[in-house]
Amino acid sequence: MILSLLGEALAAMAANRLRTFLTALGILIGVAAVVLMVAIGQGTQKQVSDSIASMGSNLLIIRSGAPRKGGVHGGAGNMPTLTTMDAVAISQLARAALVAPTVMGSVQIIYGPNNWNTTAAGTNADYLGIRDWRVVAGRDFSDSEAMSGVRVALLGQEVARQLFGDEDPVGKSIRVQRSPFLVIGLLDAKGQSMGGQNQDDMIIVPLVTAQRQLFGTQFQGTVSMVMVQARSPADMTPLEQSIHDLLRQRHHLNARAEDDFRITNMTEVSETASEVTGMLSILLGAIASISLFVGGIGIMNIMMVSVTERTREIGIRMAIGASRRDILTQFLLESVIITMAGGVAGIATGIGLALVATRMFDVWTAITAMPVLLAFGVSVAVGIFFGLYPARKASMMRPIDALRYQG
Amino acid sequence: MSELLTLRDLGKDYETDAGPVPVLKSLSLQIQEGEFVAIMGPSGSGKSTLMNILGCLDVPTSGQYLLDGHDVGSLPDNELARVRSQVIGFVFQGFNLLPRASLVANVALPLVYQRIGRGIRNARATSMLERVGLGEWLNSLPPRISGGQQQRVAIARALVTEPRLILADEPTGNLDTRTGREIMTLFQQINRDSGMTLVLVTHDRNVASYASRLVYLLDGRIHYDGPVDAFREEEVA
Repeated sequence: MILSLLGEALAAMAANRLRTFLTALGILIGVAAVVLMVAIGQGTQKQVSDSIASMGSNLLIIRSGAPRKGGVHGGAGNMPTLTTMDAVAISQLARAALVAPTVMGSVQIIYGPNNWNTTAAGTNADYLGIRDWRVVAGRDFSDSEAMSGVRVALLGQEVARQLFGDEDPVGKSIRVQRSPFLVIGLLDAKGQSMGGQNQDDMIIVPLVTAQRQLFGTQFQGTVSMVMVQARSPADMTPLEQSIHDLLRQRHHLNARAEDDFRITNMTEVSETASEVTGMLSILLGAIASISLFVGGIGIMNIMMVSVTERTREIGIRMAIGASRRDILTQFLLESVIITMAGGVAGIATGIGLALVATRMFDVWTAITAMPVLLAFGVSVAVGIFFGLYPARKASMMRPIDALRYQG
Repeated sequence: MSELLTLRDLGKDYETDAGPVPVLKSLSLQIQEGEFVAIMGPSGSGKSTLMNILGCLDVPTSGQYLLDGHDVGSLPDNELARVRSQVIGFVFQGFNLLPRASLVANVALPLVYQRIGRGIRNARATSMLERVGLGEWLNSLPPRISGGQQQRVAIARALVTEPRLILADEPTGNLDTRTGREIMTLFQQINRDSGMTLVLVTHDRNVASYASRLVYLLDGRIHYDGPVDAFREEEVA
């Protein structure tokens, strides 16, 4: 039964191709907008959570705090209050799995005729473990190397490319701030960080080496931050508390003194970020659904005109045996087919635009099945919702009035 | 011959702002299976209203309309649609074809509402078009053929469901005299060959003369009911 009426609906639509197309276009644009906007929202969400995850999981970052001198707050890390010994003490805590005291600074590197300005991180062997970072060529440095002042370095991909090109950097000697360093390993590619920096544009050297040879003179034995990986997600909060207590004790801070360090719980940061980006997805989707709604009103408008225009046709159909239900079904089918076609074309267009946006404008997009199916379902629902009233109007006509109508 | 339709004290009022206006007043009529009846009458005599009720497009205000023994005067809308689909075939003055559908599609349309499959629909529509002499124009569109041909398509559409009753409302009204004669001859043939009951509304004495029985309406009442030949219009005036 539906099949015969489907034929009638398709024939009616084919008889008015341009109008059918324009109506479907309204839905197409609406669905494409929803798909594209949600793809952008989810892409951003994924990008942000990936870049937070790339910093390491179950991560606490302790920075030398903002010391107060004469009432003026300095920035965190400006005056190092954390020391290597603080890090050692933290590593004794049961809930801490890996602890990496780190100093960072800008360095000039020379290899042959090439030179490059980059960031050097002085740290220990735990650092790569915390950041889930692997050495793809050569080797990592050992604990004993980390704690002695040997001049060895691990290169990030970007640094290796700038200095060595296609050449294998492992085993080569480079000059960092005029001192010769032996390249012992090449790090895996890591990509952009949340702040947009290229994380591959850095080198890693042993902590003591960095402290003494690169930027050590001013703050002997101090570090700018300590990265700590908790044993499990459940350990994060208690560990944060114990580090807090431990450091206050070690820094001899009395009850009224402010902390001279700052602990950042990256899990919390990640949760906040995903909340914010999740809101962004919803917001973008909501704005885009307005255009889908407008498209639905377009359908209703066209169907109303169509019903009036085809009053006589409806009368004829009723006279030769169509029941009210047949007429209702036919008009409803017409609007659902239009929205379904518009929905499918809109999904394709939305995905296409998302790919173009990624390729040409560096916009992060992620396409998942859920919003695509949802958009399709919504477009069908729009067809039924906005088609129902006109279809009902058509089916409720009295056949004699409809036949008498002069259109 | 058995009775196909019976009207008993049938009345129809139209609601207006000034109150109900009676259009048909206590009409009683019987038509046998296989009859060819012409309904005549001046404008406003109620013949179109009667036609709509006979065609189950409208329902009477009072009285009974029995079609094939069933009281169709009191049926709900969807039952009326079923009766129209299965028992009645319509031919209108203005042809009332779907202008954007091919002749085959037009003729096959009533079968859509009988839930008949596409293949059978098209086969039956094609053979019916061949029967009314339009076998060469199966895929033409109605506006591309003449009025007489369009009315033949309409007749084919009315016949395709093999209804018990064909109702024709001024079928020659939009045609010239010669084409009108052809159409009436076709009706006569159908009535004679297949024994289908034909009821035709016209104001034209010549058209009515193709029928065997004439019902003359005047002011909502039957004024004459008898053989066509015995009717003298002057008597009415």
